[in-house]
Amino acid sequence: MKKMKILFRLLIILLFFQNYSLAETSQEVDKISKNLRCLICQGQSVYDSQSDFALSMKILIQNKIDEGKNDEQIYEYLKAKYGEWIVYDPEVNKNTILLWVLPLILFVFGGILIFRKVSIK
Amino acid sequence: MSKNIKLISIVLFALFSFFILLKGLDKSNIYSPEIKESNVDFNFKAKYLFSEEEVFINELLNNEGMSLINIWASWCSPCRDEHAYLLNLKSLNKLSIIGINYKDDEKNAKQFLSELGNPYTNIITDPKGINSIEFGAFGVPESYLIENKSKLIIQKFIGPLDDKAFAKIINIVQ
Repeated sequence: MKKMKILFRLLIILLFFQNYSLAETSQEVDKISKNLRCLICQGQSVYDSQSDFALSMKILIQNKIDEGKNDEQIYEYLKAKYGEWIVYDPEVNKNTILLWVLPLILFVFGGILIFRKVSIK
Repeated sequence: MSKNIKLISIVLFALFSFFILLKGLDKSNIYSPEIKESNVDFNFKAKYLFSEEEVFINELLNNEGMSLINIWASWCSPCRDEHAYLLNLKSLNKLSIIGINYKDDEKNAKQFLSELGNPYTNIITDPKGINSIEFGAFGVPESYLIENKSKLIIQKFIGPLDDKAFAKIINIVQ
C-alpha cells in the first residue's frame, strides 16, 4: 500500500514536469536553436541565451514551424539573412577548407610519425 | 642537427601562432554579413503605432526614391542620441523614414516621440522582435537605407547613427 502511494506521487511529479516543459517551448524549437549561434552574445547558442535577440529568434522559429517549414528551410532562411556564421555547421568552401582539411593532414602526419618510430625499432 | 631542426620548427610554430593571435585581436568582434542583394521579404504585416490598423511593409515602400528604416525603442539610450540625426534627415525632405518600434511599451514610445519630436513618416510596432529579424537585425538601434523601387538594401547601419553615417546617407540620397 505504501509502495503504491509513493508510486502515485512519483507519477504526479513526472506528469507535472512534463507539462511544465511543454509549456515553455517545443522540442523542435530547442533542437533548431541549439544549432544557431547567438550573434550578439559571444560563445552562446540561441538556445542558451536569454537576450532579446535570442528570445525573438525562438518565437520566429516556432512561427516558421507552425507555417510548416522544415529544419533545412529554417536554416536556409536564417543563413540568407545573417550569413553562414549563424549556423554551427560551417560549409566546405574557400574560406573554411583549411578548417576541414587540417585535422586530416595532422592525422596522416601523426600516423606517419608513429609508423616510422615503430618500424625503426 | 636534428635537434636544431626541432628547435627551429618549434620557434616557427610559436611565431606562427603568435601572429595569428595578433591578427585575430585586431579583428572586430561584431560580425555583420555582407548583403549583396536584397534578402528581405518585405511582404509581412505589422501594426501601426498610432492606430490599430495593420500594413504590409511593401506598401510603405511604394513611392520613388529611398527609405530609411530605423529600428528604435524608448528604453534604448543610444536611440536617444541618434534621434537628432533622424530629425535632421527629416528636415531635408529627401527620403521617407520608417520607424520600427522594437519590443516597446506603446505608451512609453509615444511619450518618447512627444518629448524628442517625431522624425518618422510611418511607425510600425514590433512587440515580439520578429519583424526586425526579417530585416536581419541584431538589436536596437539599427538603420537600413533602402531603394524603394528595387527593394534593395543599399546600406546597413548597425548601432546609432553618427556624423559619418549621416554624411554617407546624405551623399547617397543626393
